[in-house]
Amino acid sequence: MAHLEIRNLAKRYGDFHAVRDVSLSVADGEFLVLLGPSGCGKTTTLRMVAGFIEPSAGTVTLGGADVTVLPPWKRNAGMVFQSYALFPHMTVAQNVAFGLEMRKVPRADVERRVEETLALVRLKGYGGRLPRQLSGGQQQRVALARALAIRPDVLLLDEPLSNLDAKLRQEVRVEIRELQRQMGLTTVMVTHDQEEALTMADRLVVMNEGEVRQVGSQRDLYERPTDRFVAGFVGRSTFLEGAVEAPGRFRTDGGLALACTGGMPGKASLSLRPERVEIAAAAQPGLDNSLPGTVEFVSYLGALIDIHVRLSPADRLVAQIANRDGGFAPEVGQHVHVGWAASAGQVFRV
Amino acid sequence: MTLRRAALNTAATLGLLYILTPLIFVTWLAFFRQEIPSFPPEGYSLRWFAAILDQRKFVDGFSLSFQVGVLATVIGLVLGVPAALCVTRHQFKMRAPLANLLLMPLIVPGVVLGTSMYVFQVTMETALDVDVIGTFYALVAGHVVIVIPWIVRLVTASLAGVDRATEEAAQNLGANAFVTFRRITLPAIRPGIVAGALFGFVISFGNLEMSLFLVGPGRTTLPIVILQYLEWKIDPTIAAVSVVQIVLIGAAMLITDRYVKLARIV
Repeated sequence: MAHLEIRNLAKRYGDFHAVRDVSLSVADGEFLVLLGPSGCGKTTTLRMVAGFIEPSAGTVTLGGADVTVLPPWKRNAGMVFQSYALFPHMTVAQNVAFGLEMRKVPRADVERRVEETLALVRLKGYGGRLPRQLSGGQQQRVALARALAIRPDVLLLDEPLSNLDAKLRQEVRVEIRELQRQMGLTTVMVTHDQEEALTMADRLVVMNEGEVRQVGSQRDLYERPTDRFVAGFVGRSTFLEGAVEAPGRFRTDGGLALACTGGMPGKASLSLRPERVEIAAAAQPGLDNSLPGTVEFVSYLGALIDIHVRLSPADRLVAQIANRDGGFAPEVGQHVHVGWAASAGQVFRV
Repeated sequence: MTLRRAALNTAATLGLLYILTPLIFVTWLAFFRQEIPSFPPEGYSLRWFAAILDQRKFVDGFSLSFQVGVLATVIGLVLGVPAALCVTRHQFKMRAPLANLLLMPLIVPGVVLGTSMYVFQVTMETALDVDVIGTFYALVAGHVVIVIPWIVRLVTASLAGVDRATEEAAQNLGANAFVTFRRITLPAIRPGIVAGALFGFVISFGNLEMSLFLVGPGRTTLPIVILQYLEWKIDPTIAAVSVVQIVLIGAAMLITDRYVKLARIV
């Protein structure tokens, strides 16, 4: 395992900037997740690390060696593909042995290491099967075993769970994470699924439009998003559009005067996490902001209930409440009061 | 619904009968005992099959057609497989025109193809001052042209089913471009190659129109031998030769179909 360093990496296709000036450092044994919507450049970045795409600018350093211009077969990176990309004409054991053969590992050692690796992913005894005889989850584990067998300097995971059903995905998440910790694997995973990213990562990188928007822990991204995109992409936020009139005072486009923290005067959005918004039948004098509104829509999620409240013709927000027995459960059309502490809102310049 | 179904079945049966009737009669005729084909048969015999072997021109024609077919197919593979790879895998300016060009011989009538090739060979012979017209290699060269579209078409079809990620996975595991092709891509497109080769061979073996322009003295392919024989005689030898040909081509098609479902491509 080794330290991975990406410096000022960029990829242009004509006028289109797929990746702009990305710099990241992944420590030995760290699990880094690149998170972003499709087309944000996360996969392009991963593929440049693997060597499938030649960067337009920047460098990739693996274990101290510059690998920027090396072809994929000369880098010691193990990759798990979204489609698993198992060799359909080879058995599971042959698939796992492939990388070892390429490395000219002696026959006897190959067999032993294939056995070991298959045991690691709980597929002992499946060596003689063909990929098509396995379930999706098993295929995924073969793909993982194949990448691990070569003892890579870095493990690259390209949306590895997106083809599994929801229940299996949760199990495999934990499995991969445990394996990664045990083996101390330096890992970079790409995903668009924020829940997956939050549960697996040591550190997250949020990307959009080819750029890194924020790097940090789950808590950093959720509690202190640096821009509107991150606030909207990680977790959920509702945005009230308007302007900061003076530090601490926000006026929405609908004319509501709200208390906020900080902010330079000018056009801005006020972002609120739905679970930080209190909702009650009467005004809530203890809070910095307390506003009357009308329930427009109720979305029942089981343990939680989302309540969409109209505050003014231009302003609407979402409050999330726990589904408790005998708790406050407003209905569509009901008049309610919503409130929140000034510190619960985040102001982003627009 | 059932009425439409019945109509469809009837039309299909009639169509099939229309195609198969000559084949059935030719096959039946091959086993007649009498020399002048007439009904009803006077009896049955295998003498016409034996007669094929007695006539050198049939044996020679068969042998030439076979050699030309095999050689043209081998050359067609060497040219067609990389061409198919190039056209399906790379984006370049002349991609679409090149892809069409490779399939072009399919739509050019054999007579036109033969004439133009003959003219080309005359030009070559005058320009280079070497024997071109009527040589074995000129004949093979012509057949390569009609074999290539089938190989390109069938290999392209099988390439479409190859997951590019498997090739990337191989490279990621340490295989260079050549090893990746040999170990991953080639096994994946093998059915297409086998089918393309068999189909190409069948096309070459049965070609008459183009070959008419390219054969030389003492060098006659089987379909031409059959044509020439028919000008003078109509005894069932021809039927017997045809049966042999039908059986060979039918076998090749059946084998091909095991690798690639022909219904999907033709």
